[in-house]
Amino acid sequence: MVLVFSDNKNLSLELLNKGSELAKELGKNVTAVIIGESDDGLAKEYISYGADKVFIAEVDIDSFEAEKYAGILEKVLKETGAEIVLIGSNKNGKDLASRLAGRLDAGCVIDCTNLYLKDKKLTVERVVYSGNAIAVEQFNSKPSIVTIPSKVFDPLKKDDKHSGDIVKKKFDVEKSASKVLKVQEMQTGDVNVEDAEIIVSCGRGFKSKDDIKLVSELAEVLKGKTVGCSRPIAADLKWLSEDHWIGLSGHKVKPKLYVAVGISGQIQHIAGMRDSSIIVAINKDPEALIFKSADYGIVGDLYEVLPKLTSMVKDKMG
Amino acid sequence: MNIIVCAKQVVDVSEMKVDSKTKKPILQGVPQKISDIDKNAIEEAIKIKDKHGGKITVVTVGPSDAKERIKELLAMGADEGVLISSTDKYDYRIVSSLLAEAIKKIGEYDIVLCGEASIDMFSGQVGPRVAGLLNIPQITYAQNINAEKDKTVAMRNMGDKSVTTESSYPVLITVTKEINEPRLPSLMQILGAANKPINEWSAGSLTKELQPKVETIELKGIPMQRKNIVYKDDVDDSVKKLVDSLAKEGVLR
Repeated sequence: MVLVFSDNKNLSLELLNKGSELAKELGKNVTAVIIGESDDGLAKEYISYGADKVFIAEVDIDSFEAEKYAGILEKVLKETGAEIVLIGSNKNGKDLASRLAGRLDAGCVIDCTNLYLKDKKLTVERVVYSGNAIAVEQFNSKPSIVTIPSKVFDPLKKDDKHSGDIVKKKFDVEKSASKVLKVQEMQTGDVNVEDAEIIVSCGRGFKSKDDIKLVSELAEVLKGKTVGCSRPIAADLKWLSEDHWIGLSGHKVKPKLYVAVGISGQIQHIAGMRDSSIIVAINKDPEALIFKSADYGIVGDLYEVLPKLTSMVKDKMG
Repeated sequence: MNIIVCAKQVVDVSEMKVDSKTKKPILQGVPQKISDIDKNAIEEAIKIKDKHGGKITVVTVGPSDAKERIKELLAMGADEGVLISSTDKYDYRIVSSLLAEAIKKIGEYDIVLCGEASIDMFSGQVGPRVAGLLNIPQITYAQNINAEKDKTVAMRNMGDKSVTTESSYPVLITVTKEINEPRLPSLMQILGAANKPINEWSAGSLTKELQPKVETIELKGIPMQRKNIVYKDDVDDSVKKLVDSLAKEGVLR
């Protein structure tokens, strides 16, 4: 049986697609797991998106704690005898999968971008060496634990006629020596780079926080309105919130058009945007790595290029 | 406060080249170094030791030349090194099990510190996996650690949320790159590190022989086909050409 879990609903729906495909190939079922309060509405939604069964582990937990969730999932695994466990690869999911793998002494691969059966063994692919290669990993043991990032798979088409069972079971939560004191939403606004069709990104080439308006202006006329950035702008300088951060440890994006301005093109950044359809680079250094990953580039001072580009795009779009 | 830091020797990915024909990475001859974020873990360990006293032990699973890398961490301020000589075949299961067994053998510890992930594989699996094996609490992606005498409080960057977690000891903590700026050791410290002990433990002395649960069957290249058209003359001309190209691509609508 294939088990699917994420604390993010959309990610669960995406995982259910791949999960039901693998389950069919194995002649097994796919079960979605809900941890926390019983939620029949959510369970029915999972069923309409491909789940053959929904296992609701009823527990009393306020916020996500990997220690407790791993303990519960371990019990669910024993109960269901799952062979493959797909977990949504946000930070909570990675923590959970890794700890669970330790508890069960099981094989585990994080951030898989492709999954299939080869010689009847679960085989997965993940990007390694900062986006320079893809490692093909094969499980030789069960259970096999895999985490999958968002947007790797699309959800199935909703099918209200698809039927499935809902199973509920109460679990006690193990005591943990740690506790969550505070959960604070990061200041976000409405930025969602992962869904954006057009992104204009800024990097270390910008001299001050105010200058980022040059990027938003171009994004605005391109009707993309989405501003991205490389690691230093979000993580070190904090000129933009981490919602804007594109890269290996930031967000992974695949817009139709990606414009990188003042970004040198470190492989960590490329790893986050390499799936874009068209990549444009603007940089004053003709040797900048970013040009190797770009379809079109302009060598020039961004402070001169950006206003001209914005005005010409505006004219062109009418 | 006894602190154990898990550090990994990795290839320096920024020095890595890709074979132009096969698109596969060339691993031979790439310089080795300690994974960057593990240095943040050492730096944090030194800060905690400065506050509470105690001892810092660095544990590495790797080939015998990793000893040279451990010396860098001893120069930064760790007190003792442990090198677990690895077998040729290893996966996350084997590395995590060896680290957990070595930590048990070291015995008394309050904090195990790791980087959030290694820069070569970037899984972030080993930290929480070792915590699971040791059955101790895990505090991941710490951006800030306040270690007190009988408990620690850390602020964690969980992406869309900032989570503050408290734990008693022992606890395993993984840190992000932003938590601190790792120090550069002075010449005196580098010379002094030569006198600090590095113990070599064989994998066989720690556990029975372990088989990997996951095997890497292939390392594939990533084809990156880009047009690489670069305009570098007059800015006005360049901008015009770029806008024309984008219009032809159909993205200006």
